[in-house]
Amino acid sequence: MNGRFTIPKFRLPGFVADLGQKLPQWPHALVLVGALNAALKMKLLPESELTLLEGKLFRVRVLDTGGEASYTYRDGLFRPLFSPRGEPDLAFAANLSAYLQLLARQEDPDTLFFNRELEITGDTELGLIVKNMLDAVEWPSFQTRLPHFRH
Amino acid sequence: MASLPDLVCPAGSLPALKAAVDNGADAVYLGFKNDTNARNFAGLNFDAKAMAEGIRYAHQKGREILLAINTFPQAGRVADWRNAVDAAVDQGVDAIILADIGLLDYARQRHPQQRLHLSVQGSATSYEAINFCQREFGIRRAVLPRVLTLAQVEHVIRNTSVEIEVFGFGSLCVMNEGRCWLSSYACGESPNTVGACSPAKYVRWDKKPGTMETRLNGILIDRFGDDEPAGYPTLCKGRFDVQGETYYALEEPTSLNVLEILPDIVRIGVRAIKVEGRQRSPAYVAQVTRTLRAAIDSLTESGERFHVKPAWQAELAKVSEGSQATLGAYSRPWR
Repeated sequence: MNGRFTIPKFRLPGFVADLGQKLPQWPHALVLVGALNAALKMKLLPESELTLLEGKLFRVRVLDTGGEASYTYRDGLFRPLFSPRGEPDLAFAANLSAYLQLLARQEDPDTLFFNRELEITGDTELGLIVKNMLDAVEWPSFQTRLPHFRH
Repeated sequence: MASLPDLVCPAGSLPALKAAVDNGADAVYLGFKNDTNARNFAGLNFDAKAMAEGIRYAHQKGREILLAINTFPQAGRVADWRNAVDAAVDQGVDAIILADIGLLDYARQRHPQQRLHLSVQGSATSYEAINFCQREFGIRRAVLPRVLTLAQVEHVIRNTSVEIEVFGFGSLCVMNEGRCWLSSYACGESPNTVGACSPAKYVRWDKKPGTMETRLNGILIDRFGDDEPAGYPTLCKGRFDVQGETYYALEEPTSLNVLEILPDIVRIGVRAIKVEGRQRSPAYVAQVTRTLRAAIDSLTESGERFHVKPAWQAELAKVSEGSQATLGAYSRPWR
């Protein structure tokens, strides 16, 4: 619209997911949990909402890479789960481009949900808490490093 | 041409407020983190610190902050709503948006200098109702429910000196504003009682091969194929079996979009155009604010030659509920 850098909607070819599913899943979980704990250290996530995540099992699935990460929040830290037991309390599933668009605040989750590009299953209220918690974060260094998405 | 209307945009968080201001909102409306506002969702809205920062940010750039206290005080808890009014005045918001006439009376008596707006939840659709609120409570602006045709909006404007604000973009519901109990029918809670329609704790999305089912407190309200756009999990947007036919019996998931009639809205003297969506993320606020700002600004430049750019429509269609848009009641041909 005005020359801003945007992340296009894309879907990786099927063989990527086939391959991805055969690879170990723990690196995804470590990266995700590392990022969340970094946000915790920077005190970007509000205490009042964090207590609501205590002991919950989360799963993030990237459909077109075949990647999957499970983690929980316990005693003040996000922790990866390498062999989660039972169904997650909250599960997200989407293609990589949708996650990137969310991270860059280029699209909002409701838009992706309406357009069927983001699936949310499990405890919907927990999903809303996570969504609103991330929306309320002001990413100071994050925004200066990424290409500028606003005017 | 009449003077341009203010663009009033929603914010459920500080980043959303900043996105609205940065992308050209003249005013931003918000709520406290409690059931005094009709978007009382987990993790959403402003505590005192975030609100102070938001007001500072907006005022620095010459924009206004409007605070919605638009639910109805519940029995035995009137003090909570009055305290919210006092807190809003202390914070220095430019106007408080109120729905309940008891609360309007309180605000008028206690804080006579505070600018008051009548909320859409106040359900005033006639100039008589609006002029009553002006006479009794000194309201300066009224937000019209989304049930009037453009001609009816014009009729109201011609018969009142109260500023008129209308909705310009956002999700539609059955529009029985301030009086809707559909959500309570399914789960015992509704915007008027707890500040949330179809609270998330009652919502389940069940993914099955080829379909997704939406349930509200166990009641199946819709079933989507993999390629079908989805909507919010409210009863009014469910598909129901009515006399052997399954369809959106009350309302289709859709968004209001007034770009096509923007010149008419300005011509009849609407003072402010409101965007729905305090529950949405900063990305939505930025997209919608930027698009409506461009459209309103283009009106000043092109006047009679105004035309709706396809890029604006595409941007708004993308973020729309059900991925479709309507002019709603504004263009209703029948009476």
